[in-house]
Amino acid sequence: MDGTMILEWLIKSLILILTMTVGFAYVTLYERKLLARIQVRIGPNRAGPFGVLQPVADGIKLIFKEELTPTNADKLIFILAPVLTVIPALIIGAVVPWGTEVSIFGRVVKLYLADINIGVLYLMAVTSISVYGLALAGWSSNNKYATLGGLRAMAQMISYELALGFAMIVPVMMAGSMSLVDIVESQKSIWFAVVQPLAFVIYFIAALAEINRSPFDMPEAEQELTAGYHTEYSGMKFALFFMAEYIKMIAISMIGASLFLGGYRGPFIDLYPALGPLYLFIKVVVILFVIIWIRATLPRIRYDRLMQFGWKILFPLALLNVFITAVVLVWAGG
Amino acid sequence: MLITYLIFGVFGLVVAASALGMLLSRNAVYSALFLVLNFATVAVLYLILGAPFIALVQITVYAGSIMVLFLFVIMLLGAEKMPPGEPLRGHRWLAIVFGLVFLAELVLFLIYRGGMQAVVNAPSLEFGSPAAVGMMLFQKYTLPFEVTGFILVVATVGAILFTRGEGFKSRKRTLGITSGDKAE
Repeated sequence: MDGTMILEWLIKSLILILTMTVGFAYVTLYERKLLARIQVRIGPNRAGPFGVLQPVADGIKLIFKEELTPTNADKLIFILAPVLTVIPALIIGAVVPWGTEVSIFGRVVKLYLADINIGVLYLMAVTSISVYGLALAGWSSNNKYATLGGLRAMAQMISYELALGFAMIVPVMMAGSMSLVDIVESQKSIWFAVVQPLAFVIYFIAALAEINRSPFDMPEAEQELTAGYHTEYSGMKFALFFMAEYIKMIAISMIGASLFLGGYRGPFIDLYPALGPLYLFIKVVVILFVIIWIRATLPRIRYDRLMQFGWKILFPLALLNVFITAVVLVWAGG
Repeated sequence: MLITYLIFGVFGLVVAASALGMLLSRNAVYSALFLVLNFATVAVLYLILGAPFIALVQITVYAGSIMVLFLFVIMLLGAEKMPPGEPLRGHRWLAIVFGLVFLAELVLFLIYRGGMQAVVNAPSLEFGSPAAVGMMLFQKYTLPFEVTGFILVVATVGAILFTRGEGFKSRKRTLGITSGDKAE
């Protein structure tokens, strides 16, 4: 616990937060470009070459927007809600490893922020408290569309959290550890997505529902609820909700890649550990592509179907999968 | 060591303050949020005590699931504004009397047990790890664990019956009566 150690942690935290926020900016561009291509359009191409400055332009526009607070809104919670939404999104990436260790300027630096022995439980804890921001935003706006959106977000996230948790338990059982570094390292020979395809699919679906992405974007269904919980938000507060949504996309891609797709592992990783972040980046980009592809392809499902699907199909399947995995593991003497 | 005491002091104050805020707030949503803050800071206290597993379970279960349900019900019913008056008369005086009795009990306990001498030994480092907790649950405390699980299942079944029972029967009955003329 010396000074340089604390400095190293500070720098790594800063890198993580900066990566997430810059990543957020460019995921919006990535999504718009990709959606445009899928719909045979060109997409944003005015700001800078190929539109690379578009996120900057959007950000500057949002900074200069007027911030409105509805009358009779609960002011304190109205301001607190966007903050409560962004913080879990930013801190959830803290336990995801980007690589093993490299030496920079003769100093061995581990390429992860925290390797705690309850990493997966940390992920569950952070996802479970990330509901509050949305619910409070909806309630404090004093707007019925917003309140309905917030309530929908709450019900949906509680329902899918169980399936998500059970899907995340499977890699823990396979690796025999809750630390994400151990989980990634135990995928040395084969990815868990190959051995446990069902768990991977359940994780992916439940995570989509957890971050309210299409086809589960009921809390912000624009045809029914205008914009759901963030109807009354404008300017930078709106930008914070937007930021949280996209950072959560990156976060679930990182977590999914680490739990099921071998994380930072790839060819020659043992020879050149510095390749780790690159492999993780490639995997995240591929998963993000699938998420956006699904948004462009599938229509939104109805709310009662969403609940039925979560409770009657996804949750029992996840439970059964955990049970079978446990029996097989004990049988095989694991 | 000093820094641990300092953190403990600060978080202990937050725990006490948020509990008071939960009791004194006149808005049910604020009360629920104070309780969430209370659970979260108690989790930090567990972390200081070297039990990270319990700390994160505390956040996941209490702050993340149970309080979300509380908040959901409060928002769904629109019951956040409590009446300004007190529904029960004289319960404040009763509360003060019981509080004083409890305080006296605490002081007596401290005097007769010799105060700080009654501190237990620090547990081993592995005490709070997930594996240790799991082993404890499934080997030493199997029966209480199973009983708890059974009670929870019974409660779940009861809750489902409560939400379904009446409506299910009456819906069947109305369907039976009006099945002819409701054909369109």
